[in-house]
Amino acid sequence: MSRQMTGAEMIVEALKDQGVDTIFGYPGGAVLPIYDALFHQNKVRHVLVRHEQGAGHAAEGYARSTGKVGVLLVTSGPGATNAVTALTDALMDSIPLVCITGQVPTHLIGSDAFQECDTVGITRHCTKHNYLVKRIEDLPRILHEAFYVASSGRPGPVVIDVPKDVQFATGAYHFARNIQHKTYQPQLKGDRARIKHAVAMMAAAKKPIFYTGGGVINSGSAASTLLRELVKLTGFPITSTLMGLGAYPAPDPQWVGMLGMHGTYEANNAMHDCDLMIAVGARFDDRITGRLDAFSPGSKKIHIDIDPSSINKNVKVDLGIVGDCAHVLEDMVTLWRSESMVADKAALASWWKQIDKWRARKSLGFQNSKETIKPQYAIQRLYELTKDRKTYITTEVGQHQMWAAQHYHFKEPNRWMTSGGLGTMGYGLPAAIGAQMAHPDALVVDVAGEASILMNIQELSTAVQFRCPVKIFILNNEYMGMVRQWQELLHGGRYSQSYSEALPDFVKLAEAYGAHGIRCSDPAKLDDAIKEMIDHPGVVIFDCLVDKAENCLPMIPSGKAHNDMILPDEIDDIGSVIDDKGKMLV
Amino acid sequence: MNAAIPTPAFPPSPYSSAIGKSNVESHTLSVLVDNEPGVLARVVGLFSGRGYNIESLTVAEVAHGEHLSRITIVTSGTPEVIEQITHQLERIVPIHKVIDLSLTKRSIERELAMVKVRGTGEARVEALRLAEAFRAKVIDATTESFIFELTGATAKIDDFVELMRPLGLVEVSRTGVAAISRGPEPI
Ligand SMILES: Cc1ncc(C[n+]2csc(CCOP(=O)(O)OP(=O)(O)O)c2C)c(N)n1
Ligand SMILES: [Mg+2]
Repeated sequence: MSRQMTGAEMIVEALKDQGVDTIFGYPGGAVLPIYDALFHQNKVRHVLVRHEQGAGHAAEGYARSTGKVGVLLVTSGPGATNAVTALTDALMDSIPLVCITGQVPTHLIGSDAFQECDTVGITRHCTKHNYLVKRIEDLPRILHEAFYVASSGRPGPVVIDVPKDVQFATGAYHFARNIQHKTYQPQLKGDRARIKHAVAMMAAAKKPIFYTGGGVINSGSAASTLLRELVKLTGFPITSTLMGLGAYPAPDPQWVGMLGMHGTYEANNAMHDCDLMIAVGARFDDRITGRLDAFSPGSKKIHIDIDPSSINKNVKVDLGIVGDCAHVLEDMVTLWRSESMVADKAALASWWKQIDKWRARKSLGFQNSKETIKPQYAIQRLYELTKDRKTYITTEVGQHQMWAAQHYHFKEPNRWMTSGGLGTMGYGLPAAIGAQMAHPDALVVDVAGEASILMNIQELSTAVQFRCPVKIFILNNEYMGMVRQWQELLHGGRYSQSYSEALPDFVKLAEAYGAHGIRCSDPAKLDDAIKEMIDHPGVVIFDCLVDKAENCLPMIPSGKAHNDMILPDEIDDIGSVIDDKGKMLV
Repeated sequence: MNAAIPTPAFPPSPYSSAIGKSNVESHTLSVLVDNEPGVLARVVGLFSGRGYNIESLTVAEVAHGEHLSRITIVTSGTPEVIEQITHQLERIVPIHKVIDLSLTKRSIERELAMVKVRGTGEARVEALRLAEAFRAKVIDATTESFIFELTGATAKIDDFVELMRPLGLVEVSRTGVAAISRGPEPI
């Protein structure tokens, strides 16, 4: 059944048909017809952000906390270019987004018209796919195809650029729930023979480890459930990337902590010394592998990924399985059971003994203080005081992000949202707003740095307007701490431009926006202050004044191997660890 | 390493050499795409964005009714890089199929070249004689010049161009490589 309507109406209709209840956007000349169509209905709620980058990150937060596609709507020219950082962020972290951009009318395209930019050209490299809709006849198909492309296979952002005349034009709208795409049909089921072989490799392993990533989260909650089952069945240790936190419950004894540059000693050493690595939905990113030629030299490697290009990209593996994590994990669990596979119990016992020795180094340890709040302590207290609630954590980028990953222990998938691949300062606040819009009754905390938070501070206004009671928990060290740490490591402690000069008074800033401000600098008063934050019904900025000189450890310095970490209790002068070759790396 | 872990019988990929240790090879990729606006920009952008080489690129619509175009790309890299290129191409939404023709070992490659040569006297006669040996056609002539049309594998055209150089080569226009697999089956 098709109905006649305008292009603008089709867009709103397609959103409804796709089950979209919330979109994030900012109006302008080239999207006015769409805003008019939004005005005439109340099924799709529009959240007015204060900058289009904020719309993108909010849509990411919404998507990542729900598993649904996040939607943003922006105008042509500057609206589209402002969204580019968020689109790139979503591409790097495989977040499904549909971004609708207005465009000048078709007859003006190419004439350098007012607020014209080559949106499809600019976003070609930062989207999974993009469309310029030149004819109203194509619009319904493209709208639904965009949702299909964004959410299937390895998810990612899709841009639909809609010229203003196409928004005004009238045509037939149609919607078919099941799209059979001409070319894009990602493989979900893994190859049976390969999975069978993987299971045999696992049964023979003496020092195995699961290394899981964001793909497990993207695959949906079934994947996390199946992963837990397989880990329990085998008794293997499990570590995860920054993006994969929460797929496996951190309090469980088989969890060895996050791996990589700021991962735990036990996770990184286990990765280095293992004889079998089972990578699930992870992509061997350089923050994970450290020095490539010294990456887990003695292991056989199995890699499960829905994106064939991820397999053998950075690290050569012995067995690649292309497929969706949930599908492949399900087959593995079934096979392990039906073939009555058993792990090598004796070998595993001595492997765990070794891991426990590494664990005993307590690599996340720090010197606590009675005078100043240690940032790690602040996260520990935040965790303890919020762990029994339905809590969603977002972060900005920097030391605070890593401390949150290390010291906040996630038990569920989709509760942790951070900018991993792109490392975008300014991500956390809008992402928190997106998550809070999707989960109005939950506690949503943006763990922030005083520098990062200023990058999208304008979204405070959005949070207040939409009664979106996000809590911004700033670990205020008065430095771009991560930059300062690298300057200490690499550049003789010359802190060029990394001091956070002329900071606003965050308590007054909160008040200026109509939010609530709290400041705390005394470790003894921290718990009460955090409770005050949690109990406050509205938006809060918590200015937590922490130790200014704390470094984020442990750390694999760039250019070093997994078993060559800087540990917190070993090092007095971090300025002496990295050689000239390592300095070249980022 | 634990010798007890069975080594997979199937290769992890069509290539088995260690990353970084293998040689740079030239491969011909045949890419079937939906002929929609921007598809060539996506392909070319992938190569520039990820730092891959393009040695030759040809593109033309091959099935008008189905809006299908065929892009033939000659690229070079280690086998691992070529495999990456193949998979990265497959990620582009409007791409139907990517075939590495060099892996099948059963493909034919052809290029067309038009070669302008200027000269008189002995050089002119010699050019014409060589053109005959290469089965090049004369498609334009003046009293002091020829344009030859020549088809063949890239190496043959390279050879011809080199031979023309001392005989008064003025300019060359080449189509780039078109390739197809042998036998009755499509790619
Ligand atoms: C948009 C952007 N610009 C620059 C950087 C580089 N960068 C990474 S961390 C960081 C400092 C962050 O400072 P702050 O927010 O105070 O966090 P801290 O490290 O002190 O916890 C900078 C500048 C970035 N990641 N993103
Ligand atoms: Mg800071």
